[in-house]
Order: sequence, then structure tokens, then C-alpha cells
Amino acid sequence: MTALSLRDVRKNFGATEIIRGVTLDIQPGERHCIIGPNGAGKTTLFNLISGRFPITSGEISLNNTRIDQQPPHLINRAGLSRSFQITSIFQRLSVFENLRCALLWSMGYRYSFWSALWRQKALNEKAEFLLEDLNLASRRDIPAGLLSYAEQRALEIGMTIAGGASVILLDEPTAGMSNTETDYAMALIRRVTQGKTLLMVEHDMKVVFDLADTITVLVYGQVIASGPPETVRSSRAVQEAYLGALEE
Amino acid sequence: MEIFVISLLNGLVYGMLLFMLASGLTLIFSMMGVLNFAHASIYMIGAYLAFQVSRVVGFFPALIIAPLLCGAIGAAIEIWGLRKVHHNGHIAELLFTFGLVFIVQRGVQMTWGMLPMPYRVPALLDFPLFQIYGANFPAYRAFMLLISGGMLLSTWLLLKKTRVGLIIQAALTHPNMVSALGHNVPMVFTTVFAGGCLLAGLAGVIGGNYQTTEPGMAEAMGPIVFVVVVFGGLGSLAGCFIASILMGMIQTFAVVIDYSVADLLRPLGLALKADNLLMEVLTVPIARIGALLPFAMMILILLFRPRGLMGTRDT
Amino acid sequence: MTRSGNGARWIWVFAVALALAVPWAFHNFQTGRDSGFVLSMLSQMGMMVILSLSYNMLLGQAGLFSLCHATFFGIGGYATVHFLNAAGAGSLPLPMEVIPLLSGLTGLGLALIFGYMATKQRATAFAMITMGIGELMATAALMFHSFFGGEGGVTTNRMIDHSLFGLTYASGMQVYYLILVWTLICAGSMYFLTQTPLGRMANATRDNYERAQFMGYDPRVVRFLQFSLSGLFAGVGGGLYAITYEIVTFDALAAPLSANALLMAYIGGTTVFGGPILGAVLITLLQSGVSLLSNSWLVYVGVLFISMVMFAPAGLSGLIIAHGPIAAAGRLRRLTVPYLRLVVPFLALVLGFVGLVELMSFLTIGAAQGKKLVLFGSAINIEATQPWLISVVCLLGGGAWLRWEARAFHRVWESLTADLKQRDRV
Ligand SMILES: Nc1ncnc2c1ncn2[C@@H]1O[C@H](COP(=O)(O)OP(=O)(O)OP(=O)(O)O)[C@@H](O)[C@H]1O
Ligand SMILES: [Mg+2]
Repeated sequence: MTALSLRDVRKNFGATEIIRGVTLDIQPGERHCIIGPNGAGKTTLFNLISGRFPITSGEISLNNTRIDQQPPHLINRAGLSRSFQITSIFQRLSVFENLRCALLWSMGYRYSFWSALWRQKALNEKAEFLLEDLNLASRRDIPAGLLSYAEQRALEIGMTIAGGASVILLDEPTAGMSNTETDYAMALIRRVTQGKTLLMVEHDMKVVFDLADTITVLVYGQVIASGPPETVRSSRAVQEAYLGALEE
Repeated sequence: MEIFVISLLNGLVYGMLLFMLASGLTLIFSMMGVLNFAHASIYMIGAYLAFQVSRVVGFFPALIIAPLLCGAIGAAIEIWGLRKVHHNGHIAELLFTFGLVFIVQRGVQMTWGMLPMPYRVPALLDFPLFQIYGANFPAYRAFMLLISGGMLLSTWLLLKKTRVGLIIQAALTHPNMVSALGHNVPMVFTTVFAGGCLLAGLAGVIGGNYQTTEPGMAEAMGPIVFVVVVFGGLGSLAGCFIASILMGMIQTFAVVIDYSVADLLRPLGLALKADNLLMEVLTVPIARIGALLPFAMMILILLFRPRGLMGTRDT
Repeated sequence: MTRSGNGARWIWVFAVALALAVPWAFHNFQTGRDSGFVLSMLSQMGMMVILSLSYNMLLGQAGLFSLCHATFFGIGGYATVHFLNAAGAGSLPLPMEVIPLLSGLTGLGLALIFGYMATKQRATAFAMITMGIGELMATAALMFHSFFGGEGGVTTNRMIDHSLFGLTYASGMQVYYLILVWTLICAGSMYFLTQTPLGRMANATRDNYERAQFMGYDPRVVRFLQFSLSGLFAGVGGGLYAITYEIVTFDALAAPLSANALLMAYIGGTTVFGGPILGAVLITLLQSGVSLLSNSWLVYVGVLFISMVMFAPAGLSGLIIAHGPIAAAGRLRRLTVPYLRLVVPFLALVLGFVGLVELMSFLTIGAAQGKKLVLFGSAINIEATQPWLISVVCLLGGGAWLRWEARAFHRVWESLTADLKQRDRV
């Protein structure tokens, strides 16, 4: 059984093919990093997996069920959650409310208009707990739009993992953070994705080689290498196409 | 047959008038993402100004002066109003133009009173152009066709042949790219808004004496123009043209069709009596529900083709 | 937090007490007669509070700009006329007190249908499809006589002789209290809805439609439910309208009322729950007060609305709330002088504007109706240049002066809030 599997996935925007036949298998519990130059199609791949865009051809399965024809909310309910490269939060809602929203569906509230939020003890405790975990407790009642950049990134991660999805997709979670902030964020990611399947896009090679069980290199919409860190690091194709250029 | 030809011509006249309004609205929407609720209000201002100006200098100079004034009003609205609320988001911009509708409405009533204006077709054009099957076709309607056709042509040339036109065209298809091109976006916005208002003003000048120049004319025209724009597909000038002509035809033809659904059922041996709501819907003749058709059609097209007839982008 | 929470609670208690007491302040205890004008204005306020609150379920809470809200108000009203007629004829054995619930269900029913269509669309197209729905229903109301009664509307008699409390509803006072109770029920329920998962997700889809999808919610369903529920409350409002006026015409359903709902909610403020209540009360006061004095009250409302959109997008309640932190820090007094300095130029500006508007409208509309402009008991010659000149000078001078003072005010405000931020950080 694979947690997430892609079979020859392709995506065209107009006449240009951006994703050109990606095949990928991710085992449950795996920490899988995707690297690749700017514009390689990493974010697009996430958008395809999470249902934001329809795929042009191919197959995507989550826990052995097809999800490639489904809308985002159904994919999420099936146990896949993603974050965004460009922070995507509920600007006018407080930090606490943002987290509570992220918890609602998974805790079975659905579209309830008969249960009062303030009386849902388990829900509120869980949201408070997350708040502590993200180190945002002091910002609890501030509109999320007023947080600092790093705080918003932390919230973004928190909202992604809140629902308890088994497969987590993080798109450059540490982009634009300082070193200490990155360290803190990585520790957080490690902690909150314990026992989950993690698929992460990341540019920081130190972070990638530190965290990943498997690394996939995507260049121009194609996978040019995939495997354990050592193998990928020593792969010539990767060195030529990508890593070499980076380490120059 | 005679009714058919006459209705066809009338539908064309009305459709072209609609297009003059709708094209400006579409251009503004495509560029700025703002649906200008006050567009029909500018149309009304155009009619009133034309009336006022033509009393002093005659109809033909007014044909030029009034639209220019409307363009200036449009530029003022954009510079001192819309631009200020832009950073508050689309809803704020919609609300702003929505508020303008009230002010123009009452402003016109205050300035010119509640009664219709004696804004008449100029004597020079006040004669029957030709007769078909004994019915007259007024020369003024032909003149309207001429003006709106000429405007269609010049807008088209402007879009195809000038720099601003190219930018606008780019904006129609790639709304987010224009600012990336490094053009003076506020300037382009003002130009487009003023241009749209100018077209609306021109429509007002020739529509004001075709219909009646009275304070209710914006209210009567506004919804139809929106229907046209949405029906044709927001952002598509071609769709807008087709929708305008279609709506013009529907409006004129519906008036002459004196049949109802019940009439269709009668040959089947079903006789209906209009004694409850459902039966009434079935027995009312098409001629009477003509006013209802455009809205029903708009709702239907949004349900089944959310982007409208020829729209290429989401709203 | 708790302090301001308590403060808010006392405001509510005070508002309810006021609503209960006001009719008695105008009651003539010698003759035992009520003030009909006050009662009908208060009743109107109740309905408008329901209308604007339910409208804000869309605009403020879900970010939906609807142009057909009156449709659900109106349909509730029309249906209620038929319910009352049936009840009067004995074929609907329901007491008066629960009839507004039926009106609400009618509103809900129609909102389910139209909401399904409209919430397929977002943003501008949503506004357009709701405009289409509103126009469709308004046109239909004029066209179909069996249900809507055409131009004349439909009439009824509210004395159906069936009440839980043995009331006849012959007096305006009884009707007012019925309206008040239903307004409280509706406002309470709508407040409750803001504190439920659906209400919260409506806020979420307003802020970020896309993100909500990646949290398991279908934003369209959220909006559909929110739209339908708001139709339910609007329907109750329409039912109360029918009960009060015993006649429902096209006015209860047409675009101007939808626009009114928008104006009330926006001017009052869409960001706070109570904002639309403030707006409804204020606009109704203006409507019944100013429209007695002047033809042009719509101009004033329109200008107020546009100024709000431009300068105070959070509405009146937003303006008040912005003072909260400063008040909490005990620094409100430092704003007194800057405020006082705004008063004179502001009054001059308003005076000039009102003067011009009134002169204008008396020149045209007023003259047509044979009215004369009378100020402080003396007729004003609107043909003379003097009043026009004074108005223009007031308008321009006041405007320029106000601009100047507003800048100074802004500086004080900025330094105050910057101070507060500093203190927070320490
Ligand atoms: N909606 C879209 N329409 C058209 N082209 C798109 C769209 N989204 C992405 N692209 C194109 O697809 C290519 C890949 O973009 P993508 O954002 O997936 O890259 P990426 O690998 O995430 O890059 P980065 O490291 O900068 O985040 C780019 O050339 C981009 O212009
Ligand atoms: Mg990316």
C-alpha cells in the first residue's frame, strides 16, 4: 500500500506542458522532499495532487483510491492536507479562529448551525493546544493578517496539520525565514508530522538532506532522480542539472 | 411578415443602443475589474445634457459636446472616487458605483425635475425614411444605426490600431499582466473609464429622444445592460455584441407575440384557466412577459454557462 | 476583554429596555392614546433591523454582495397576506404569534431555490445573478395577479381572532410588541449563528474562499446555507410587514428595498454584529424624520453612503469601535479638543451642502408642487442670489477648512495609537 501515488501525471497550461509525465510513489510515514529549480513545476504538482487544478492526463491515488477527478474538499476529507507557498490564511479572523476553522471538519462539525462554538470543549482545547504548539499563544486574538511574516508561516503550517490528515504537503514552509526561524520551523514540522506522510518542497539543501528519507528532483516538469539522499546527492544527472549549479 | 421586418429593424436599433452602453461597461470591467453600476446613470446624464446643450446650440453640436462632458464626468469619478476606494477591494468599488446611482438619480431630479423633458428628435431627421408594408420607418432610427455603427467601427479601429488599444486588448485577456508591462496603469484606467462613460453619454444623446428623457430612464435601462454584459460573457466584446442584438430582438419580438404556453397546449385538448399562480404563468401571453425574459435568460445562462456566451474568464 | 464584554452586554440590555419603554414615553396617559406616528416608526424599525441584520449575514459575514434581499422579505410578506386571509377564514388554525414563522419558512423556501442558483457564482457574477433574480421577481409581482395582486398588491385583515394570549392586535401597541418579540428572537438567532461552525466558516470563505476548500469545506455549500438562512429571517421581516400594514405591494419586494437593506447594513457597519441594527434605526429615523421635511432625503443617504465607502468602510459602528483601545487606555480626553475643532467646519460643510440641495430641489420639484422653502418661519426667496452664495461659500469654505482640521486630527490620532502600540509592547 502506498500513501500517495502518481502515475504519468501531465498538465498543460494552454499549449505548454508544465508537468511532463511524473510518476511517484510515497510510502506511509515517509518524509519525502521535492527539489528543483524555480519554475520546475513543484507548486503545480502540489496543485494537481490537492485538486486545485484538474490534471490533463494520468492518475493520482491517495491510499489506493483515485483522487484525480475530485474537488479539493473531498481530497482533504480523504486525508490529504496542503500548505501554500504564498501564505493563505483567513486575514480578518483571529489566530485562534483560524486554527479552529482548520479543526472543524475533522472533528465532525460539518456545516452545523446548531452547535455553539464556545461550548465545544474538545475543539477549543485542541485549538488552544495547537496555539501553544505553534508558539502563537500570545497572539491568540490578533487578526491573522496582522501577524509578522514568520508568524503567518507558522500559522499556515498549523492550519495544514490541524485537521489531522495522514498525508501532509508543505510548499516551501521555510521560504523567507531567517536561520533561527528556519530551525524553529523545522523542529515544529518534525514534531507535528510525527508518524505522518510528509511531502515537502524545499529550496534549503541543508534542511532537505537533514529531514528527507527520499528526495525527488524535478526539472522542467520531469523527475530526473528519486531516491535516498546519498543516491541523489551522488547522481550525475542531478549534479549536472541542478545541484552543481546550486553549489557553485 | 410586415411585423417581422419592422420588428427586426427596431430590434437592431435597440440592440445597437444597448451595445453602445454594454461595450463601455465591458471595457471598464475588463480593465479594472469593476462593474460600474452607475453606467446607466451616465447614460441618463448624457440624455439630459444633450437636451440642455441642444437647446442652446442645437442637436448636432450637442451630439459631440454631451458625450465629451460625460467622459469628463467619468474621468472625475475615476480620479477622485474609484481610485480612492480601490485599495479596499472589489466590493468597495462595487458599492461606490452603487452609491453613485442614488446620487445621480436624485441629482437629476433636483436639477431637471420629475417630469419628462421635451427632448425631441431634431427636425432635420424627423421624417419617415421609407415604408415597408405601409409602416413607416423613421429616419431618426436609421441615424441611430449610423451613429452606433460608426461608433462600433471607430472603437474597433481604436482597439486594433492604437497603443492604448493594444494595452486594453492585452488587459482583456490577461488582466494581471498590464501592470507588469510597466504602463502608467492609473492613466490607462482613467482613460478607459472616461471612454466608457463617453460611449454611455453618446448612447444617452441618441437614446434620450428615441425613448423619453426622464428621471426613471437609468433605472429602466440599467438592469438590461447588466444582463447583456453578463449574458455575453464578462470581458468579451464579441459576446457583448451578440448579446446586445439578441436582447434587442427579444425585447421587440416578445411584444408582438401574443401567444402563451396555454395556447400551445390548447390543440392537445387542454384548456387552462388562470386562477392560481401556476396556471397564470402558463396562460400569460409572451407579449406580457417580455420584460421578464432577459432576467430569466441571464439566470439560466449563468446556471449552465457560468462564463456567459463567450466569456473567457471567471468573474 | 471581560470589561468590554460586559460593556457590550449592558449596551444590549439598555437597547432592549429602550425598545420596550419608548412607546410609553409617547403614550398620552390622560386620553389613553398612543402616538401612532411613533409606533409605526418603531414597528418599521423592528422590521428593518431584521432586514439589515439578515442582509449582513451575506455582506458582512460571508462577503456576498446580494442585490435581491428584498425578494425574500417580499415573498414572506405576500405569503403572510394569504396566510392571514386563510386564518381569518378559519382554514388555517394558527395563532397570530406563530404566523411570522410561516413567513420565514416561505422566505427560506424561495431562498433555497435561488440560493442554489446564485451561490454557484462568486463575486461580481454573484451580484449580477442576484440582481437578475430581484428584477425577475419584481417584474413577476407586477405581472401575476392571483398571488401578487399586480400593481395594487394584496390586502388582508390582521384581526384573525386567534391568539395565544387572547390579543386582538387591533391596536398599534400590540402589533409593536409582537414585532419587538420577533425582532429579538431573530436578532438572537442570528447572533447565535455567528457563533456556530457554519457562521465561522462563512467568515472564512469571505476572507479566503480557496483556503476553506483545503480544509474539507465546500465553500459553495457554506454560502448556500448562509444564503438560505438569511432568506429565512428576511421572510420573518416580511411577515411582520404584512401584519403591520395589512397590505403588501410590489414595494416590499423591489430593488429599492434591497438597496435599502444594503445601505442600512453598510452605514451601520458590517464588521460588527450590532452595526446593521444601528444602521437600520438611524436610516429609519432619517426616513421618517427627514423625509417629512425634505424631498431630498435620498440624496443625503446616498452621500452618507458614498462617504462611508470612501472614508469609513467599517461603517458607524466601526468608527465607534476604533475608539475602544484609546478609551480603554483612558486617553479619550485627548481627542476632545481635536473633535471640537472639527465641529464648526463640519457643520459649515453640511449646512452648505444641505442648503444647495434644498435650494435646487425647491427650484424644480418644490416649485412643481407649489411648495415654498421656509426657514425659521420666514420664507426664503430661492430666486435671489444671496442664499445660493451663502451655501456655496459654506460648502467650499467648510470643505477646505475641514480638510485642514482633519489632517491635524489625523496626526493626533496617529500619535495616540502609536503611543498605545508602544505601551502594548513594553
Ligand atoms: N495557472 C497557471 N497558468 C499558466 N501557467 C502556470 C500556472 N501556474 C504555473 N504556471 C507555470 O508553470 C511553471 C511552473 O510553475 P510552478 O509555480 O509550479 O513552479 P515551482 O517549481 O513551484 O517554482 P518556485 O520554485 O518558483 O516556486 C511556471 O513556468 C509557471 O509560469
Ligand atoms: Mg513553487
